[in-house]
Amino acid sequence: MALTAHHKMQMYGALLLLPAAVLLAAFAYLPTITTVINSLFLPGFRGAPPEFVGLENYRFLFDDAKFWKVARNNLIYALGTIPTSIALALGMALFVNGKLPGRGLVRMAYFTPTILPMIAAANIWMFFYAPQIGLFNKLLGALGFSGVNWLGDPSVALGSVIVMSVWKEAGFFMIFYLAALQGIPPELKEASDLEGTSRWSFFWRVTFPLLMPTTLFVLINALINAVRVVDHLFILTKGGPNNATNLLLYYVYENAFSFFDRTTAATITVVILLVLAVVATLKFTILDRRTHYQ
Amino acid sequence: MSQSRIRLERVTKRWSTTTAVDAISFDVTPGQFVILLGPSGCGKSTTLRMIAGLEEASDGKIDIGERDVTRLPPGDRGLSMVFQSYALFPHLSVADNIVFGLRSRKVPKAEQRERLAKVAELVDLTAYLNRKPAQLSGGQRQRVALARAIISEHPICLMDEPLSNLDARLRSDMRREIKALQSRLKMTVIYVTHDQVEAMSMGDRVILMQHGRIVQDGTPDELYNRPASAFAASFIGSPAMNLLPLVKGDQGAVIDGEPTTTVAPLEAAGGQLGIRPEDIELRPASEPGVPATVLSEEYLGADTIAHVTVGTHTLRVRLSGKHALTGQACRLHWAAESAHLFDTDGLRRHDLTPTLLPSAHRSIPRPPVVGSFQH
Repeated sequence: MALTAHHKMQMYGALLLLPAAVLLAAFAYLPTITTVINSLFLPGFRGAPPEFVGLENYRFLFDDAKFWKVARNNLIYALGTIPTSIALALGMALFVNGKLPGRGLVRMAYFTPTILPMIAAANIWMFFYAPQIGLFNKLLGALGFSGVNWLGDPSVALGSVIVMSVWKEAGFFMIFYLAALQGIPPELKEASDLEGTSRWSFFWRVTFPLLMPTTLFVLINALINAVRVVDHLFILTKGGPNNATNLLLYYVYENAFSFFDRTTAATITVVILLVLAVVATLKFTILDRRTHYQ
Repeated sequence: MSQSRIRLERVTKRWSTTTAVDAISFDVTPGQFVILLGPSGCGKSTTLRMIAGLEEASDGKIDIGERDVTRLPPGDRGLSMVFQSYALFPHLSVADNIVFGLRSRKVPKAEQRERLAKVAELVDLTAYLNRKPAQLSGGQRQRVALARAIISEHPICLMDEPLSNLDARLRSDMRREIKALQSRLKMTVIYVTHDQVEAMSMGDRVILMQHGRIVQDGTPDELYNRPASAFAASFIGSPAMNLLPLVKGDQGAVIDGEPTTTVAPLEAAGGQLGIRPEDIELRPASEPGVPATVLSEEYLGADTIAHVTVGTHTLRVRLSGKHALTGQACRLHWAAESAHLFDTDGLRRHDLTPTLLPSAHRSIPRPPVVGSFQH
C-alpha cells in the first residue's frame, strides 16, 4: 500500500485547508505578488513587452512632490484619527458599561455610525459641512460667527475629514472595549473599593492594563483603517482642494483608474504594504511585552 | 480591640419585590470567628456584603466599633475581605497584588516592603512573590488573597466562601490554616459558607440562616446537640438527622406507620421526631425497640450507613466498621436525650422530652451488639 494511515491523515488535513488556501491565494497572495512585479516594470507601448526597470519606479515616486504631500496628509490623518477615536471609544465604553438609565439605547446610538454604510455616512456629513445650507454653518451663523468652508478650504478640509472618520470609527472600537470591560470580573472593583482605591487609580492600575490586549487589537485595526480610506473621500472631497485631503489609497485609486497608471499605483501599494508591515511588527514586539493576556 | 466589634440591628436588604435579608440582628465580639451558614439563596452572602459596604442596606443599622458605618463606603469601614473567586489582579505579580491596598492608602514604600516580607512569610509565599496569579495553584492563590487581607492590618476580615474553589484535601488544610491565622492575629472573622463541616470545625459561633432570617445562633456544639428547628437539625450533620412524622398512638405519639412502640408523649403527635444516624443503635430482632428492616447499606470505609425502614419511612443509621445487613429484620434503639422533638412548624419543643425506649435486660455497649449481628 502506498498510502499509510499517516499519509491519509496528511491528505485529509490538506483537503480541509484547500478551500481557504485557494481563496487566499486567488485574492490575496497572487494580487500581492503581481503588484510587486508590476512595480518593478514599465509597461511596453504598442504591444512591446514590459521592460524591467528595477527600483526605478520607486525612485521616480520618491521624487514626486505630490506623493510626499499625500503621504504627509495620511500621516496627519492617522495621527488625528487613531488616538482620538481610541480614547473616545474607551470613554464611551466605560460610560455605557456603568449603571445608566436607557443603557441599551445609548449603546445602540454609539454603534449606529458603524452600521451605516460609509457612502451614506459621508452623504449625511456633506449636509453638515455644506457651505451655505450646512448644519455647522447655520449654527455658527446663529451664534453670530461667519461660516467656514469646511471642505473647500485647504487648511480646514483635512480636519473635517478626520472629524467624520472619528465619528464613524469610535463606535466600532467601543464595542471591543465594551466586550473587554464586561470580561473584567466585578470582584476586582470590589476588592479595590475595600482598600479605598479611587476610581481614577483603579482605572490606571487595573482596568487599563487589563484592556491592553484590546487596545493593541484596536490600534492595529485603526492603523489599517487609516490607510484604507477611499469611499468617504470619494463622496466628500475627491482628494481636493489641491490634494489637501488626498490620502494614500485614494491616490492609488486615482493613479489606477483615473490616470490609468498601473505602475505608479502598484508602486505606491507596495510602499503602503511595507510601511504597514513595519509598524505592525513594531507594535506587536514593543507593546506585546507590556501586555497581559488572560 | 473594641474597634472590631460589629453590631447589626434589624438589617434588611430588599430588591424590588424580593427580600433577601429580613431584619437581621446580631453582635460580633472582637476576636470571634463567626460563621454565617445556610443553603444558597438564604441571604448569608448579602449580609456579608452589606457589612463590607459592597451592598447598601435597605433598612437597619450596622455599627463597627463605635461608628455607624451603614452609609459609609467600603474603603472607610476598616475591614478586609477574601472573595470566593479570590479577586486577584491577573496582570500584577503576587507581591503587587498583596501590597495593592497599601499603595492605595499611600503607605510609604519602605513600610510596604517590610509588611510584605512579614506577611509573605506568614502565609508561606516568599518564593512566589514574582509570579503572576495564573502561575499559581488554587491553594497558593487562596493564600495570596489571605495575604492581601492580612497585610491591611484591619482588625476585621470578612470571608465569602473562600474555600469552595479548592479540592477536598486542600480545603481541610486551609481550614486549619485560616483558623490558626485568625487566632494568632486575633482577628475578628465573619465567614460565609454553605459547608457545615467548615462551620462546625472553624467557628466559635455559627449563625444559621434560612430565607433571609436567622434560624439559630449558637456554638457549633449547640447547633449539633440542640437544633432549634427541624431545618437546623437537617442542615447540620452528615448524613442529615432523620426526621420522622409522629402520629397519635394508644399510649403516646408513635412513628407514622409503626404503631407498636411509643416514642414520645402524646402531645408531640403531629410534629416530628429527629434522631441523628450516629445516635441510633441496631439490635437483633429478639430485643425490645422499634421494629425495622435493613433496606441497603453504603460502605464508607470507617463506617457504614445502613438504610432501614420503619413503618413507611426510611432512616439512616451510622454503624462503625463494615457490615452486611441488607434484608434483615432488627430493632432500633436510641437514648432519650438524643431524640429531638419538633412541632408542626418545625420548631424545637422545649416543653416535652421524648419517651425512654424500653431497654430491657441489656447493658452491653453498642459496638459488640452490632458486631454480633454479622454472619
